[in-house]
Amino acid sequence: MKTKSILICGVGGQGILTASDLLSDVLLEAGYQVKKSEVHGMSQRGGDVISTVRYGDQVFSPLPALRETDYILAFEKLEALRNINYLSDKGIVLVNDFEWQPLPVAAGLEKYPQDVVAQLKKLAGELVLIPATRLAGELGNDKASNVVLIGLLASRMDIDKKLWLEVIRRKVPPRFIDLNLAAFESGFQFKA
Amino acid sequence: MAKELLSGNEAIARGAYEAGITFASAYPGTPSTEILENIIRYKEDIYSQWGANEKTAMEEALGASFTGARALAAMKHVGLNVAADPLFSASYIGVTGALVIISADDPGMHSSQNEQDNRHYAVAAKLPVLEPADSQEAKDMVVEAVKISEMFDTPVMIRMTTRTSHSRSAVELGERQAPPVPEYKSDFAKRNLLPGNARKRHAAVEERLKKLAVFSDGFAYNVMLKGKERVGVLASGVSYQYGREVFPDAWFLKLALPYPFPVKLFQRFASMVDKIYVLEENDPIIETFARLAAPQKEIIGKDVFPLLGELSQDVVRASLGLKDLTPRHSLDGVPGRPPSLCAGCPHTAFFFDLGVLKVKSRGDIGCYTLGALRPLSAMDTCVDMGASITVQLGIEKALEKAGKSVPQVAVIGDSTFFHSGITGLVDVIYNQGKSTVIILDNSITAMTGHQENPGSGKTLLGQEARKVDILKLVRDGLGIEHAYEVDGYEVKAIRELLKREMARPEPSVIVVRRPCVLLYRKAKWSPMAVDKEKCTSCKVCLRLGCPAISSDADNKSLINEALCTGCGVCAQVCAFKAIHFVDDRGLHINSITLESFAGGGKR
Repeated sequence: MKTKSILICGVGGQGILTASDLLSDVLLEAGYQVKKSEVHGMSQRGGDVISTVRYGDQVFSPLPALRETDYILAFEKLEALRNINYLSDKGIVLVNDFEWQPLPVAAGLEKYPQDVVAQLKKLAGELVLIPATRLAGELGNDKASNVVLIGLLASRMDIDKKLWLEVIRRKVPPRFIDLNLAAFESGFQFKA
Repeated sequence: MAKELLSGNEAIARGAYEAGITFASAYPGTPSTEILENIIRYKEDIYSQWGANEKTAMEEALGASFTGARALAAMKHVGLNVAADPLFSASYIGVTGALVIISADDPGMHSSQNEQDNRHYAVAAKLPVLEPADSQEAKDMVVEAVKISEMFDTPVMIRMTTRTSHSRSAVELGERQAPPVPEYKSDFAKRNLLPGNARKRHAAVEERLKKLAVFSDGFAYNVMLKGKERVGVLASGVSYQYGREVFPDAWFLKLALPYPFPVKLFQRFASMVDKIYVLEENDPIIETFARLAAPQKEIIGKDVFPLLGELSQDVVRASLGLKDLTPRHSLDGVPGRPPSLCAGCPHTAFFFDLGVLKVKSRGDIGCYTLGALRPLSAMDTCVDMGASITVQLGIEKALEKAGKSVPQVAVIGDSTFFHSGITGLVDVIYNQGKSTVIILDNSITAMTGHQENPGSGKTLLGQEARKVDILKLVRDGLGIEHAYEVDGYEVKAIRELLKREMARPEPSVIVVRRPCVLLYRKAKWSPMAVDKEKCTSCKVCLRLGCPAISSDADNKSLINEALCTGCGVCAQVCAFKAIHFVDDRGLHINSITLESFAGGGKR
């Protein structure tokens, strides 16, 4: 199998690394070779964060290539756009319908573009907008939005659903298991 | 044995466990921090600690090695500059128990002030360096480093990079080797580097290098792979992975032990191919050795591949003209998302006050370096750990000689002060400087992810530790008469103190104290809100650079309740009393006194 790449992006503190860990564990469980990369430190203080996962029969580089990335999973709309040049021609873009103003925007120094979704639509093979933060909030904790997004990603990947649920049960602290299973399900079942 | 997905840093920790290491010391620094944080998983078997800086950490590891124990010291690349003195001595002295030094380099400068290539240190200090290409190798290399260290009586360096440290891949776990039983035996001729002894040790080092070069030729992890074309790729570290993506049919020579360079192995490889691409991040180290070993061969290296930044399969392809990296979709108009101080950061009020007083500070390394960015913009230098105080003294003295003076404020965090700020402050006192030194004490090493430090009250293992009291150290220890403490959330008090102490023609210290806001997370605090009637859109609150504050459609300030911690600093800077607490949930974050806040992180 040709190596596939998934890019997960958003803002520091949104649970991006937890989501990419979960994804990597599922892929390993599914029998693939998996490599994941992430960035720490300076870039986590409210800055943009990227984690990438590549999987296949034999994976060399942990980094995805421009115009060769199969999925972009964005926790924030602007971040989807920032990374859009990684997307392959028929790539799938799954976006949390959520705006988080960067500080220069909040401070009135720059503008948040108003046509993010229109721009994404032009470039994506498939674009799904999901109100993950709201859906997670309705389940009792908007921090679970990352698992809602993972659920949506799972619905577009060819991996047995049971594996995802097993890994969530195994990796999530006991008191959050039900919340996260429900969050996964709401993303998995989501219809735009 | 089981397979697990581990980051390179987790794999180093696991390797330390399997290799029978029993002592580990480090100073936190991205991308190396998680090595020690993961070694504490094995606390039954490995003693581990944070050193005050990288030099102390390495010397402590060397001391442990003197007893026959196997020891590890870990640091980021620039940390090795601080520890360079013991590194060179340790090379001469050699080891009793293995000494493994981890240097985590940061090509691309994700979180660093430079992208130095620390393999130069291995060459300069004449000791072997290993370069893992993934997590499995990171673990294996610790085990190999221990063997090589004890076999050749040498410290061994492992060069990680951001990509190897922070990428995850599958690792096969192994059993732990029984560690040697430590015992201290004196060895004057080897360990006391008086010139008479050191001259003999230098001769031993040169002999050792020759033997290591032979060893490198036969080292099992220096691997040659057969190709289909007469094209070769010589690579080390993660660059090997990029090479495999770009050159599917080439011969490969992957060097896990790039120095001492395996000359014979390389010459055999070179004879199989017509030309050789050399892939390595940063400087042309293996390339230089390759050119010496095969001067007639066509070698393509840093003449084509960049010296700056990280490599990737894209960068390799683009360098060879195989891929155009011009963005297909223009990102003009996409605002950047720079990192910033957190909502409720106890450093914000201080930087805001500097702005009001129109003072730029000499800065240092930590979260508070972000005080340099818009809209706070209150810091104009950041050189290296501890340099705020010393750079400022230099500026002050040079201006003084010319009969000039400017407000002189140096800003340093608690952990950085312990690391290498204290000696700078000694210089200030000794040389009769007049600087005002601000110590931003948030009781934790925050930037790297909340590591304990000598002022936090806890050790790496979470045990209670004696706190070094910064104010006492400065006032009673160093004898700075004008040393004061102020709460980081008290906007006016900070400003008044600053004005008074900057005007004073004597050295002074202001400790701005308040624990890092991220340590308070367990409680629910009342957030702030804006009274739209009273808000005049003056935007002073926006100048705090607080991520919780923005403007709404009517140009009035808006506070995001979910992000707001209720620190109350914005309410203090609002001249129109338009910002207030949303409710009274019994507690406001700023009503917790510093004294009642239990010390230490991970709470």
